[in-house]
Amino acid sequence: MNMQPLNADSEETLERAVAIQGRSLWIDARARLFKNRAAVVSMVILAVITLMAIIAPMLSPYPFDKLNFNLVSCSPDWWPDKMVLCNAGGAHWFGTDALGRDLFVRVLYGARVSLAVGLAATFVSLVIGVAYGAIAGFFGGRVDELMMRFVDILYSLPYIFLVIILMVVFNRDIFLLFMAIGAVVWLTMARIVRGQTLSIKQKEFVEAARAAGVGQFAIIRRHIIPNVVGPVMVYVTLTIPTVILAESFLSFLGLGVQEPLTSWGVLIQDGTNQMETAPWALIFPALFMAVTLFCFNFIGDGLRDALDPKDR
Amino acid sequence: MLSYAIRRFLGAIPTLFVIITIAFFMMRIAPGGPFDSQRRLPPEIEHNIQAAYNLDKPVYQQYGIYLDRLAHFDLGPSFKIKDFSVTQLIEQGLPVSARLGASAMLLALILGISLGTFAALYQNKALDYGVMTVAMVGITIPTFVTAPILTLIFGVYGVHLFGYDVSLPVGGWNDGAFANMVLPVTVLALPQIAIIARLVRGSMVEVLRSNYIRTARAKGLPDHLIVTRHALRAALLPLVSYLGPAIADLLTGSLIVEQIFGIPGIGRYFVQGALNRDYTLVLGVVICYAALIIALNLIADLLYAVLDPRVRYER
Repeated sequence: MNMQPLNADSEETLERAVAIQGRSLWIDARARLFKNRAAVVSMVILAVITLMAIIAPMLSPYPFDKLNFNLVSCSPDWWPDKMVLCNAGGAHWFGTDALGRDLFVRVLYGARVSLAVGLAATFVSLVIGVAYGAIAGFFGGRVDELMMRFVDILYSLPYIFLVIILMVVFNRDIFLLFMAIGAVVWLTMARIVRGQTLSIKQKEFVEAARAAGVGQFAIIRRHIIPNVVGPVMVYVTLTIPTVILAESFLSFLGLGVQEPLTSWGVLIQDGTNQMETAPWALIFPALFMAVTLFCFNFIGDGLRDALDPKDR
Repeated sequence: MLSYAIRRFLGAIPTLFVIITIAFFMMRIAPGGPFDSQRRLPPEIEHNIQAAYNLDKPVYQQYGIYLDRLAHFDLGPSFKIKDFSVTQLIEQGLPVSARLGASAMLLALILGISLGTFAALYQNKALDYGVMTVAMVGITIPTFVTAPILTLIFGVYGVHLFGYDVSLPVGGWNDGAFANMVLPVTVLALPQIAIIARLVRGSMVEVLRSNYIRTARAKGLPDHLIVTRHALRAALLPLVSYLGPAIADLLTGSLIVEQIFGIPGIGRYFVQGALNRDYTLVLGVVICYAALIIALNLIADLLYAVLDPRVRYER
């Protein structure tokens, strides 16, 4: 072992050096990301959808849960083959659903729920996955083996099965839905973080921190976790669409959010039931969801290329 | 090799055991039981029903009884589907699900491999970009969107090609008649086609750059022979390790596809069972799925060693 005693001064220098290197990496990555046209377009589209989801339901004259039995399943005015027209002067841009509720507002309301579930559950999985992976990787040996073995076991069952059982157990509360999905999709995150941790803990700066007497959990918090941010960020952008998909999947099976609340999965399910008479009720939510999933995937790919240029 | 196989096989038993335990206790924490109903039964009758299914005993004893039966390959009676044991239900449903899944996998392999190979051969040309864009669509659009939309097009509106009516039935199984299989198999296969095409393209691009391909080209072999005889063999290896995850994806997809198309497979039993607290049915399906996935992962790993002589499982 070739270690020189560290005084406060050299530790500071070291930290500064790490900080400088880190910043230039991020600036590089950002520049590369903004050169990726697909990723930039996706970010703009996502921002528009998010803004619309936040603002539009407030501005629209139609509340998302107001039933109107005079306008059941009426088509938008511009629909090519005229079925039941909404004679409200073109105000129902996407038509109405089987209970006469304005579909435009409901699709955007569904966007709120779907995006919120996506973000919240991803956050839960981020916290669990990063902590779990960092601890397993950092302590290594028996602890690592036991912890990763557990992950392997959970891996051998499609996660959706666990979520379905969890949803049945916890009775379909929307916040529990966030937690249930998040509590299941952290597995890959844990694996990624563990792999990174294994290599980072061999680095000199960790050795230096240890020599300076920093506690184990402090090393994990201050030195390991900040250095796994890159791969974790890439995986987060790819987890969000997975979670949105999982939530819609559950809602489609009738296990997700409950009326009058809605999500894209619920809307697609409703649309499927009446697609022969009112195809717009299926097409619009499906379109919004597909576009959103697309955007997240493009951003994720773009981020990966930006943060890890040797992969190209 | 053999010792590795045996070790992996033995390792699968504790894995299954943990899954069974988790699933068993999770189902029991759920509020409500299989025999709750709007109208309360007289207490004596309720007690008799509970006793008949051992539900009156403490949970740990029920767990013991369940494991004991399981060791004798008995998955117990279904709580909700009267007069059927879970084993019978799975025996009925599994062949249907398996046929659906296997057809989808076959279709995905054929289309995915050919699309991926063509994309790699025309790397960075229009064909490549076209295939990869379509693949991205296939990966991102979920089964429960493609299923109703394809149903809408081919079933509800109907499609006429060259004067023939190529509309398809939108549901039912009809003992696996071809026309009934087309839509569900396509829907199930779409994401897999996309993933396989991407995988094959990636490895094919790499293989085509390697030295032995250059040698083959130098000695004047025509392109199609280079691809089929030399390149494909090496390029398809990564596919083998994708087998496990592919099966998991297919099973998840089959939950939706069976629901939408009204196909009597085991995916439908799982959803129904979870909703009405049919403990034994849910557990049976979970065990069945987990065993299937573990087995296929094991086969994939062994196959990999057989196909790629550079991989050795010794230790």
